[in-house]
Amino acid sequence: MYRYDAIDREIVADRAAEFRGQVERRLGGDLTEDQFKPLRLMNGLYLQLHAYMLRIAIPYGSVNAAQMRRFADIARQYDKGYGHFTTRQNLQFHWIKLADTPDILDRLAEVDLHAIQTSGNCIRNVTSDPFAGATAEEVDDPRVWSEVIRQWSTLHPEFSYLPRKFKFAVTASAKDRTAAKVHDIGLALRRSRDGTLGFEVMVGGGQGRTPYLASTIREHLPVGHLLSYIQAILRVYNRHGRRDNIYKARIKILVASLGAEEFARQVEEEWAKIDAPTNDLPDTELARIRAAFTPLAFETLAPHAGAYELAKASDPALARFARNNVKAHKVAGYGIVEVSLKTIGATPGDITAEQMDVVADLAERYGLDDIRVTHEQNLVLPHVKLDDIPAVHAQLAATGLASANINLASDIIACPGLDYCALANARAIPIAQHIAERFSDADHAEKVGELKIKISGCINACGHHHVGHIGILGVDKKGEEFYQLSLGGSGAEDASLAQILGPALPANRVAEAVDQLVEAYLRERQGEERFLDTFRRLGMAPFKEAVYAPAL
Amino acid sequence: MHPLFKLAGDEVIVADDTFIDVADEDAIPEGDVIVSLTRFQTEGEGLLAGGRKIGVRIQADEAVEDLAYDLPRLSLVAPVFPKYRDGRAYTTATLLRERLGFTGEVRAVGDVLREQAGFMVRCGFDAFQPADGATPAEWRAAIHRHRHVYQRAADARPPAFTERRA
Ligand code: SF4
Repeated sequence: MYRYDAIDREIVADRAAEFRGQVERRLGGDLTEDQFKPLRLMNGLYLQLHAYMLRIAIPYGSVNAAQMRRFADIARQYDKGYGHFTTRQNLQFHWIKLADTPDILDRLAEVDLHAIQTSGNCIRNVTSDPFAGATAEEVDDPRVWSEVIRQWSTLHPEFSYLPRKFKFAVTASAKDRTAAKVHDIGLALRRSRDGTLGFEVMVGGGQGRTPYLASTIREHLPVGHLLSYIQAILRVYNRHGRRDNIYKARIKILVASLGAEEFARQVEEEWAKIDAPTNDLPDTELARIRAAFTPLAFETLAPHAGAYELAKASDPALARFARNNVKAHKVAGYGIVEVSLKTIGATPGDITAEQMDVVADLAERYGLDDIRVTHEQNLVLPHVKLDDIPAVHAQLAATGLASANINLASDIIACPGLDYCALANARAIPIAQHIAERFSDADHAEKVGELKIKISGCINACGHHHVGHIGILGVDKKGEEFYQLSLGGSGAEDASLAQILGPALPANRVAEAVDQLVEAYLRERQGEERFLDTFRRLGMAPFKEAVYAPAL
Repeated sequence: MHPLFKLAGDEVIVADDTFIDVADEDAIPEGDVIVSLTRFQTEGEGLLAGGRKIGVRIQADEAVEDLAYDLPRLSLVAPVFPKYRDGRAYTTATLLRERLGFTGEVRAVGDVLREQAGFMVRCGFDAFQPADGATPAEWRAAIHRHRHVYQRAADARPPAFTERRA
């Protein structure tokens, strides 16, 4: 991972000291809650239904063992012994006391972590590929560019009071694990035919109450011009994005109202006026950042891992884990191990302090000290020797983290919903739990195959329901919790927005309806089709009938 | 009336405001004045002919480029923060300094709070009318709170990547 130097550390320390001063002014009565609110919101501190929530940035989802252990310590000392990984690759603690936050930030700063720009109308944590540096698919390491953007956007003087929050995603593989097309800016690294590295620049994607897929405004931006070009985009947005209506303030609305072509023209016009040589990052600094990522000492191994193959043959649980949670690594003899935080019956994304410690130990012992957080609220040990996977699996199983359900129906994204969130219409967590229980038969779940179910407790769509193969949205019907189902969304490289299935269902019908949808799919599917493929081939009719016809 | 602070090197000093800020419906008094962009566009020639110093208020939704040809004749431009959360004035100030080469006073007016002082200075503001009762010492502390900056802006501060090469 990127190693901080003294300057990076001092920037984080200064910000923590600044926040300490602001909290002291609040506690001493110099600031009213109204005056304090924007200050705490610049630092990831929200007031929720029951307590303060602190959101900690995990830049592009990358942490090491020491940082994970520090999360565990904070969970034990200042929270109720657990934390929650979000769809933004961040970590949230939901039971925080205001007076403790300065100390928490100091303790985070000791391990190069912070809560800078995890809320507010500024540039947020950059999303990147959790398999970065481990997958053979990528044309370059997207973390390098994510770190470039992190530094440039940190306390940016011109772009810290934008019309609305602003999210980047950077991906470098054909397979998109970042949901780039539903970000404000999605950057896809590609190599052109002549071999030069460039970004496809996609702008104006987003979820919330008006979902849009991002439009490509430049096919191939030479990588060296990244900063001047995004400066141009942000400047056009800062000047012209709507500020009169919070629901129309995201860049997606500006792009949609101008049209992608006109928006692109304005960006190009602005870019032409920016002095690129002074605004683009010098190559020397780019090289420094690249070198600041810890080089990994991979061993030269045989591609065929004998011990691993033997263990799989004798242990069906391990074999299932290998099928669903282990992905191909670029180095022979290594695998990418996904750790599911979707144990059936648990809260999606939640993890106890003890589990954090176990993951940290495993990363240190078997995983080259590298851990990733995915936007699907799981963890990844990106570099594990195949022959070590049986041991890793056993230790994960002992702490309740060995669910072999990655990308299966019980690997559900759910926002905190009405259990925590002041904006919610309905609960999301219990719905996720009920659905997951229906897929507790692992053979059945595997037979159903890849199925992405995503649940949001309100129209703000933090649970990404617009891009779920099955999306579920909590709505309020005369004070009762109802759920609107939609089908056919995808946040991956084949991105699409889900379409509404039919009238909203009461809470006790949702899990059953998912079952009915899955049964319809199993009846109709051809060959290797996923649920999404069958839906795309057949359209809504058979699914609608499966859910609503029995009631007629 | 809010006090007027000015940057003087690394220091923040309280300055006498020699300008009168004139609302559109009020008559132009004697002396140096700050007027709106629309008023400047209709009455500017006459005002300048009077031999006084002129400043122009720029609202957040107005394009500072409209002033480009008049800037050499202006003493001051005052981008307005209608709310502290409205960040358009940061771009206005940046363009004044970086693109339009304005060397006169760039004064922050409106909902101007010390929490934003550091960003304002980096975008090229050198005068401020704080609306939050901040003292010059508090204003100075806010400006100097961060030892480093990561990115280039309209000020002369070296970003981290040049510090690192030093
Ligand atoms: S989708 Fe709504 S309920 Fe869920 S976390 Fe976001 S704001 Fe809260």
